[in-house]
Amino acid sequence: MAEITIDKACCKGCNICLSVCPKKIFVKSKKRNNYGTSMPDVKEPEKCVICRMCERLCPDGAINVEGERAK
Amino acid sequence: MVYNVNLLTRTQLQIQPNNYLKKVRQGTEVPRREDMDKKPDSRSEVVLQGNEACARAAVYAGCRFFAGYPITPSTEIIELLSSEMQKAGGAFIQMEDEIGSACAIIGARWGGSRAMTATSGPGYTLMQEAIGFAAVTETPIVIVNVQRGGPSTGQPTLSSQQDIYQARYGSHGDYGIIVLSPSSVQEMYDFTIKAFDLAEQFRTPVILLADEVVGHMREKITVHTGDRNIKRPKQRFAVSPSVDFFNGANSLVEGQLHDDMGRRIGHLPNKSGEFIEKINRKISDNVGMIADITTYCMEDADAAIVAYGSVARPALNAVKRARGIKDDRILPKFRVVRDLVKRGVKETMKTDYSHLKVGLIKINTVWPFPEDLLRQAAENVHTVIVPEMNVGKYCREVERVLWDKNVVPMPKCGGNIHTPKEILEKILEEEGVDE
Amino acid sequence: MNKLYEKYIKTESLPTLFCPGCGNGIIQYAAIGAFEKLDSSGEIPSSDIACVSGIGCSSWIPCYFKLDVMHTMHGRALAFAEGLKLSRPEKKIVVFTGDGDCLAIGGNHLLHAAARNIDLTVVMVNNYIYGMTGGQKSPTTPKEAVTKTSPFGCIDEPIDGCRLVTSLGASYVARWTTAHPAQLEKAIAEGISHRGFSFIEVLSQCPVQAGKSVYGEKDPSKIMEGYKKNTYLFRGGEAKPDKDGRIPIGLLHRDDEAEEYLDKVEKKLKSQGLR
Repeated sequence: MAEITIDKACCKGCNICLSVCPKKIFVKSKKRNNYGTSMPDVKEPEKCVICRMCERLCPDGAINVEGERAK
Repeated sequence: MVYNVNLLTRTQLQIQPNNYLKKVRQGTEVPRREDMDKKPDSRSEVVLQGNEACARAAVYAGCRFFAGYPITPSTEIIELLSSEMQKAGGAFIQMEDEIGSACAIIGARWGGSRAMTATSGPGYTLMQEAIGFAAVTETPIVIVNVQRGGPSTGQPTLSSQQDIYQARYGSHGDYGIIVLSPSSVQEMYDFTIKAFDLAEQFRTPVILLADEVVGHMREKITVHTGDRNIKRPKQRFAVSPSVDFFNGANSLVEGQLHDDMGRRIGHLPNKSGEFIEKINRKISDNVGMIADITTYCMEDADAAIVAYGSVARPALNAVKRARGIKDDRILPKFRVVRDLVKRGVKETMKTDYSHLKVGLIKINTVWPFPEDLLRQAAENVHTVIVPEMNVGKYCREVERVLWDKNVVPMPKCGGNIHTPKEILEKILEEEGVDE
Repeated sequence: MNKLYEKYIKTESLPTLFCPGCGNGIIQYAAIGAFEKLDSSGEIPSSDIACVSGIGCSSWIPCYFKLDVMHTMHGRALAFAEGLKLSRPEKKIVVFTGDGDCLAIGGNHLLHAAARNIDLTVVMVNNYIYGMTGGQKSPTTPKEAVTKTSPFGCIDEPIDGCRLVTSLGASYVARWTTAHPAQLEKAIAEGISHRGFSFIEVLSQCPVQAGKSVYGEKDPSKIMEGYKKNTYLFRGGEAKPDKDGRIPIGLLHRDDEAEEYLDKVEKKLKSQGLR
């Protein structure tokens, strides 16, 4: 299973990850990042297929996905 | 300049070059191209044009990158270096404009090659932004400005000294800079070498402020044949240590104000102030090491001529005439020019100037202004004549330092150099007023 | 924090100064992905790569890299890079520049660098606007777009950087968008290993300064979706917008036979017996 972490210090709350995830794992939350905007939350990480689009498209390198892609 | 100490500490930086030599001797490292096939250094006499002398001196001084754009009257430098630079194992490129040339040499210097460009008038104006960048990043580069008459396109084929303030204050913002002004072909050669050494020592752009007369004059000079043993200069306390690219230091060369670690400080007034002070004081605190003047017959002089660049030549001639020193070596070797000078001499001889106790103070490093040296040299004179080929710019600096003397500007615009007779007559006029 | 960031980014200077949703961060990740790709395959170690950039938002991209970086004057990045390349011909130089930096003030340097086919990799970030100064018209701003300096709609014909450098002799020309990060990473890696002038245009977003007036959308993810809709994959022919106004993306031109500038210099010097 993938382990997804979002760095509070790097996230700026642009919400790109919300729309690019094919499994819609990221959801809006009331948590605040250091930038002062709302940061996403990870819901149902077991659904993750480790496509790493969120890593690639996060403009601030805040998302890290650990795990091997199933073959 | 900026460096990152993640990988290299200050002590390691100083050890680095020695390690390199040791490794070369042990055979574990391939010697750099410039260290191979070194010929022993010797000297010979040749007849050269000022611009050619500058180009030859650059190769001898270890310059291995030249980027330029042709412009009268400095074109001979780029013409000669287009082949000589490649022969010496360096790189040459004719850029699309002077802005590009000045930028390319900064890039090349961070690649590790000593680099130079040469230009004149309008081209020098285009380079100003890059000079500011070199000052703020503490990049050692040499820029030759063979001055021509201005403003704008002005007088492409005639001489002037109108860029004297542009050389010092040309780029926006406050920075320190070193400017050398040669008055003969020999000095063009020697000062080019000196310019490279000063640039490396103080990590600053150095301007060689020649003019059309010196650039196009041909004289017999002594040149070095063979290869120079280039030593890395000891870096002064005021100069930031720095590492060229590809040495694993992860340098960030940053045009914004930055601290020694490469962090942006442009938004912090106090730290920015310190940075500005640093890049100015590394020059102004070391004027004693940089400043250079030559005096002639100043021991018993009542009046002094303060001159720089090509104007120092008729000034020297005037002193010799007044003092009755018959030294034919000062006469140019070419016939047409000699005839002109002889005519001038004949006119000079009609009036008797022998009672004038005149001396010459020739300024070699025009910026930073050699205040203390000038003050010492002109201690006992009461009249100071400042002939220059502009509207009288440098005279203001002389006036500021010699405020208790009778400082007389002697501007001449239009492209003609002062004659010895004109200078002597000016002195006679001023001395007459005094008595 | 992302593990690739920890390897290639000076983490002490994070967070980056880019606005939320800025495309520069995506390009930054694609670039370090390309460096990692070349480094791990052993083709080009990342210590052999230096970056040069000009002035503008996009020119801040390399300033965070753990590499030798030069952040230079507005428009002159290519001139600096040419000097650096000529003094260290065996190294690889990547230039990050923006649409205004590259096509407006630095246009002359772009023309000549492309015509020389000198071995540089240029990543031109095209966000259709001058973002850093607050949203003024740039050379790529589409016609009729309202910006701060074109309040009645832009009148100038936008410049197509890719077609410009192709016509001049650049030997690797590609265009991708921030919505195609994997392809962009591959293109940057290819551009670095390609010997010759590589020009990679990246259509990026500036949700803060351009937003509705230029892209018709303010949300960064919607602008990226728009890029997917308004582009088509180029498969030969002329790299022009099609009849629906969609922009061609992909590898637009590649010529591995074209002679590189430094090779030409070496050849000339050899013929003269100077090497």
